[in-house]
Amino acid sequence: MNITGKIVRINGPIVEAEGMRAAGMLEVVEVGDLRLIGEIIRLKDDLATIQVYENTGGLKPGEPVAATGRPLSVALGPGLLGSIYDGIQRPLPAIMKHSGFYIRRGEKTVPLDAARKWPFTPLVKVGEVLKPGQVYAEVQETLAIKLRLPVPPDAEGRVAEIAPAGEYANSAVVLKLEPANGGAVREFTMVQVWPARKQRPSLGRVPMTQPMLTGLRIVDTFFPIAAGGTAAIPGGFGTGKTMTQHALAKWSSADVIVYIGCGERGNEMTDVLKQFPELIDPRTGRSMMERTVMIANTSNMPVAAREVSIYTGITIAEYFRDMGYNVAVMADSTSRWAEALRELSGRLEEMPADEGFPAYLPTRLAEFYERAGKVRTLNGDEASVSVVGAVSPPGGDFSEPVTQHTSRFIRCFWALDRDLANARHYPAISWLDSYSEYLPDITAWWLVRNPDWPAHRLALMELLQQENKLRRIARLVGPDALPPGQQLVLFTAELVKNAFLQQNSFDTVDMYCSPEKQTAMMRILVRFQERAQACVKAGGTVAEVRKIPCYEAVLRMKNNIANGEPAKFEELYKRMEADFEEMGK
Amino acid sequence: MNQTGLEYCGLRKLDGPLFVIDGVCDVGYAEIVEITAPDGSPRIGQVLEVGRGMAVVQVFSGTTGLSTSGTRARFLGTGLEIPVSKEMLGRVFDGLGRPKDGLPEVLTSERRDVNGLPLNPYAREYPRDFIQTGISAIDLMNSIVRGQKLPIFSGNGLPHNRMAAQIARQARLLGKGDQPFAIVFAAMGVKYDVARFFIDSFERSGVSGNVTMFLSLADDPSVERLVTPRAALTFAEYLAFEQGMHVLVLLTDMTNYCEALREIATARGEIPSRKGYPGYLYSDLASIYERAGRVAGGAGSVTQMAILTMPSDDISHPVPDLTGYITEGQIVLNREMFQRGIYPPVAGLPSLSRLMKDGIGKGLTRDDHPHVASQLFACYSKVKEIRALASVIGEEELSPLDKLYMKFGEEFERRLVTQGEEENRSIEQSLDLGWELLKILPRAELYRLTEEELKERYDGVAV
Repeated sequence: MNITGKIVRINGPIVEAEGMRAAGMLEVVEVGDLRLIGEIIRLKDDLATIQVYENTGGLKPGEPVAATGRPLSVALGPGLLGSIYDGIQRPLPAIMKHSGFYIRRGEKTVPLDAARKWPFTPLVKVGEVLKPGQVYAEVQETLAIKLRLPVPPDAEGRVAEIAPAGEYANSAVVLKLEPANGGAVREFTMVQVWPARKQRPSLGRVPMTQPMLTGLRIVDTFFPIAAGGTAAIPGGFGTGKTMTQHALAKWSSADVIVYIGCGERGNEMTDVLKQFPELIDPRTGRSMMERTVMIANTSNMPVAAREVSIYTGITIAEYFRDMGYNVAVMADSTSRWAEALRELSGRLEEMPADEGFPAYLPTRLAEFYERAGKVRTLNGDEASVSVVGAVSPPGGDFSEPVTQHTSRFIRCFWALDRDLANARHYPAISWLDSYSEYLPDITAWWLVRNPDWPAHRLALMELLQQENKLRRIARLVGPDALPPGQQLVLFTAELVKNAFLQQNSFDTVDMYCSPEKQTAMMRILVRFQERAQACVKAGGTVAEVRKIPCYEAVLRMKNNIANGEPAKFEELYKRMEADFEEMGK
Repeated sequence: MNQTGLEYCGLRKLDGPLFVIDGVCDVGYAEIVEITAPDGSPRIGQVLEVGRGMAVVQVFSGTTGLSTSGTRARFLGTGLEIPVSKEMLGRVFDGLGRPKDGLPEVLTSERRDVNGLPLNPYAREYPRDFIQTGISAIDLMNSIVRGQKLPIFSGNGLPHNRMAAQIARQARLLGKGDQPFAIVFAAMGVKYDVARFFIDSFERSGVSGNVTMFLSLADDPSVERLVTPRAALTFAEYLAFEQGMHVLVLLTDMTNYCEALREIATARGEIPSRKGYPGYLYSDLASIYERAGRVAGGAGSVTQMAILTMPSDDISHPVPDLTGYITEGQIVLNREMFQRGIYPPVAGLPSLSRLMKDGIGKGLTRDDHPHVASQLFACYSKVKEIRALASVIGEEELSPLDKLYMKFGEEFERRLVTQGEEENRSIEQSLDLGWELLKILPRAELYRLTEEELKERYDGVAV
């Protein structure tokens, strides 16, 4: 079908074209002589409203608009891992090869390298009947990740032909399926194409029981996220959203990470690009980049492409999920995405709701976060997509629409606190305002590793809550006017904050904290509190407790004892006990 | 005068800085329009919207004196471009890039679109060359690196201009020889005196041959301000990425720029978001601020320092708020400190440089820099807490430790932050000063420093 219309009106990224009667909603079109990429978002008679993913400067009414007959889609296949794309899946390195430092308009590049050959191992034989989504072959894409190619979700049938093991390019046909009802034989390459805005199907949800470990103590211990869960990180500027997202992308216990830099800073994406290849994944021993796909649509890149970038990212995540992997999506920042919606909505002259955002903002947010989850894949595996979205509330005010709507659709809320950030206490996740609804689901997982986990966690949590109350009083009367028992609460809470909650993501020992190290540290801190309390009850003072010889070792254990050194923690524990015995005398 | 294209006569409607013209054909979006007023004076405008024979045009030099019948418009078929050449160093231009110093037009065939193109994130080089500004509050606590965009959040009456001028005078790269540098200065809606102050400051330090100015002063039409920072950055990018120079871009005052943007948006009847600013303020600001950085394999860099005055010192106002979300940190000036006679009045806690972590430390500044900065921050934030307490219970009632913190806070502000306008401290000096202050506190309080660092600098025993 060859529909060609004519531009009649241009207003920023929104273009109207006539003669588009036969075109479909959300169909991709090429706009103008430069063939800029756009998407149809409204149809009225033969008039189509198109959002254009590139700068429209210089376009003129009368220039042609060509429909392509397909919705905005993502190419899925070997070559995704380690790539960096813009919002509409154009590889940025290829664009650089073409046009240098700047992104020029009308760039046409293929998302996946067509020439490069991949080692292909078939898992099925001729004559077998394949269901939609069934894994039919493996490709060792990187040493860290083996691709398990699924049959596209809209295809099934008897294998008429399958390529033997060997090296194939993405353009080569590797599978031919004969539909059961006797239709024409369909040919498949290793690449499948899927509409970005459409969720990939699965057999249904399964309960989430595993935590997604992040190596951040405040997250794993206090506000854990389950594999397949959703979390939001709201925080004003400078509170460390991006740094937290980077830390999660580095250390999360997911098999594949999709990092979406959506309307954020260019230099930050460069930072990720430079850092990740050098970082070693503690689980596979391979470079982090081998399990990462990046989407970078920085704030100065076209706003319409920012809107679509999160769909591109999550579709890629679902593709890896369908191979049986646990995938984590980091979206930084969903507020910028919402602002892109607002800008486009304004240009469409739609009736605004809260603060100029369109009325469908909550629906779009819900649709996005609902694509997360732990599912049974069409192939029968259990796999998950977890989503962590940063939110940038204007003025750090959490009552604004994006934060408010987001908190309805997520179950884990990591509120970043301005005061903590100002004191350079990172991660600046507030232990007072944050919450996680996944705690009951994953407690069982921790119990296996440490039977005292819930009790220890609660003890520290209570201590922090208590301190918050006491601090208000202390602010009025001065801490020295409090009884010794309460002074001790202030002191030990300070210790917990500095020794446990604060974590330095640039310190090679402290940047990642294993669950074993977390439980060992908790055990020491809880015991420290108990012993100190006993001391004070027996007539000791806080000043004496402060002078205990092991205090500095406890304070610095996060830096001085690495993961996988349980003996050292045991030694510290014994030393602490001995010190308290000594003090008791 | 450009002679291409048809000239249209007569407008349908004039409204604020905009006009609507009918019956046009072959007009492109964002195209430049040359307008002749009834009295024959030339103006420049840009197409904001086209469709069905109609075009909406914004007039940069104001619509005063235009009439619906006697105005003529010619569409030039190109976007807004400025000439670029190294000859432009040392010159003064108006907000649209036309000479303002009485000298002739720039002779060059090189022209660049003022909107630029987005830098490919893949082509960027991560900035990590420490710039020594000679100001302790910045070098030690909020270090700047080449290619960073770091704004100064200030208020009316605060010494942001003096500080920016001091930075421009003193900034240098550590341990590297002389490299070609330039300063591009863009003034949006500031008073003539402010522009004069900068010109004098550059002349006094003998760098004015390396400075290019784009001035759109307070009495120039406000719409012109929308182009001024873009023209300046276009020239800066040319110098940096095509001529291999290190460019410091000073933009002042971004609040005026945003107000001009709001004016246009309102005139077009757009749906406002916060405080009447258009919903796309973030994207628009990003299209300015993101034009900083370094490129892989390129020799030059664009470092941006935007100055903005926060209306009624409110940091949550949309302009500083959205700026903070785009820039790599911010230097916040504090009125209370200024009134106590502290110059530069850099607020300790809300100021931040995001690129600091990779530009300091071993091999870049001094090994102990990251930990010293972090420890000073931690102590200073504790000072703030103790001061709040002291204001309730009285300083006399504080514990001995708290009193030490009070002393530390006072010395921190009086000795480390405070310095003369001509005083140029090396990073070594700043760091040593930091240690001197830390020695006021007991050793056990300094938990962000390593044992080795404490041994070497606190106990005075070399390891």
